[in-house]
Amino acid sequence: MEQILKLLEQNARLSAEDLAAMLDKPVEEIAALLDEAADKGYIRGYRTLVDWEALGTNTVRAVIELQVKPKKSRGFDEIADIIADFDEVESLMLISGGYDLQLVMKGRSFQEIALFVAKRLSPLDDVLSTATHFVLHTYKKDGARYVTEEPDERECN
Amino acid sequence: MDYSSLLSKRAKEMRPSGIRRFFDIAAEMKDCISLGVGEPDFKTPWAVREAGITSLERGRTCYTSNIGLKELRVEICRYLKRRMQLEYTPEQVMVTVGGSEAIDLCIRALIEPGDEVIIPEPCYVSYQPITTLTGGVPVSVPLKAENGFRLTADQLKAAITPRTKILILPFPSNPTGAVMRREHLEELAKVLRGTNVTVLSDEIYAELTYGYDRHVSIASLPEMAERTLVINGFSKAYAMTGWRLGFACGPKPLIDIMVKIHQSCIMCAPTTSQYAAVTALRECDEQIEEMRTQYDMRRRYLVKRFNEMGLTCFEPEGAFYVFPCIRSTGMTSEDFCQQLLYGKKVAVVPGTAFGDCGEGFVRVSYAYSVEHLQEATKRIESFLKEKGLQ
Ligand SMILES: Cc1ncc(COP(=O)(O)O)c(C=O)c1O
Repeated sequence: MEQILKLLEQNARLSAEDLAAMLDKPVEEIAALLDEAADKGYIRGYRTLVDWEALGTNTVRAVIELQVKPKKSRGFDEIADIIADFDEVESLMLISGGYDLQLVMKGRSFQEIALFVAKRLSPLDDVLSTATHFVLHTYKKDGARYVTEEPDERECN
Repeated sequence: MDYSSLLSKRAKEMRPSGIRRFFDIAAEMKDCISLGVGEPDFKTPWAVREAGITSLERGRTCYTSNIGLKELRVEICRYLKRRMQLEYTPEQVMVTVGGSEAIDLCIRALIEPGDEVIIPEPCYVSYQPITTLTGGVPVSVPLKAENGFRLTADQLKAAITPRTKILILPFPSNPTGAVMRREHLEELAKVLRGTNVTVLSDEIYAELTYGYDRHVSIASLPEMAERTLVINGFSKAYAMTGWRLGFACGPKPLIDIMVKIHQSCIMCAPTTSQYAAVTALRECDEQIEEMRTQYDMRRRYLVKRFNEMGLTCFEPEGAFYVFPCIRSTGMTSEDFCQQLLYGKKVAVVPGTAFGDCGEGFVRVSYAYSVEHLQEATKRIESFLKEKGLQ
């Protein structure tokens, strides 16, 4: 299972047949493992890595640090659930250290993000403070380098 | 000056590599996908690079002894014992500028003009020209797909004459991916014992074998160490092609004379590389295992894809090449490669670059990422479809 997940994490376009060949297992066994991975939530989806900056569209990303008030009953989960539900929020993590939650969000402009923080996040009851850091450039994301690949300079021999 | 009359006749007669010509065209082409390289796509493991850097920081920038650093030769002996069950002392090991230099030295050390060198083909492209340059006579033995591209005892027996000096034994094979297992080697050993033929066993791909027990060296069979020169190196196993480092181990009289030649034409293998290689042998068994696992997955992927396309692919058990048969297309290897290059911008090597008996086959390297292989095989498939061949 772990091997399949590692391969797919690198390359989501491998078919069950490809995986079966690469791992020297019957296709049925691989298909069953893929079903299991989906059922149990080991695989959360298949997406494409898009470099919007390269395309030249206006997208702005920001990393926002939040200090929040945990609840006696549900700890950080309640406020995290509320924030995670915003479509603008790309990722949300509970963090150890100087603040509690880190979220990454995407917008069309700096202003849009600023407004989101001011109008949607800050007013939430349990949010104590926010610190917004705008992303200036992405070098690497989700394990992939966001640069034009270096040409393969190996000679044929 | 008219160099055509000045240049050495032997040098002019050396066969040029049949691979380059083709790839010079490919290099000029935009969006061309190559499956032609003969070197790893992995980077040298970090610990090894760091050891090289450290040796420079410490100012280890002089020549080493001609035969190579003692420390490295000791490690090579341990490595050969650990991974190939070979017993050598450091005096029987010399460090060379890649396996390439070791091949050159061995042939030059043994060959008198007119001596014969048995070369099983298709094979790596350097044995034949070096033999010619030395005044030796290359005797090619065509290997057959139906024998799994292995050299058989009968073929060997038929090729040996009173003038035979060297048998080149290049397994795991570039370009076919064939390996010789213990039982196959034993058959050859029976023919060789009691002769004066030296085996040049090019084991540069020894770490890259798949789907069966580890590589077996012919030198590990009874009475064979005394008649075998084992050549190996860091290029393929440790992804260190640019470091130019290899080694040869064998009977002391042969090694001694090879060192004498090396002393005159090379002096010593690169010092930085030698220090880095000590770390490679000490610390990187795990990394080479990981690279091997990756190659193995790509190998199975490619074999499956070619078989799906109707280009039958004999199961390669070593190195990082597959050698599919393209006879079903009715084209020659050369035509196939040319049309594939111009039609779909995919570069593979015609089997004939490795000897005439490579006709009907092409060499495909899998020293590439799976994504790269996916795209390339997709193009080959559509090439075949457009030709009505699938
Ligand atoms: C069969 C074989 N032997 C020897 C070599 C030479 O390798 P190096 O000189 O880098 O050790 C190669 C390289 O492609 C090879 O394929």
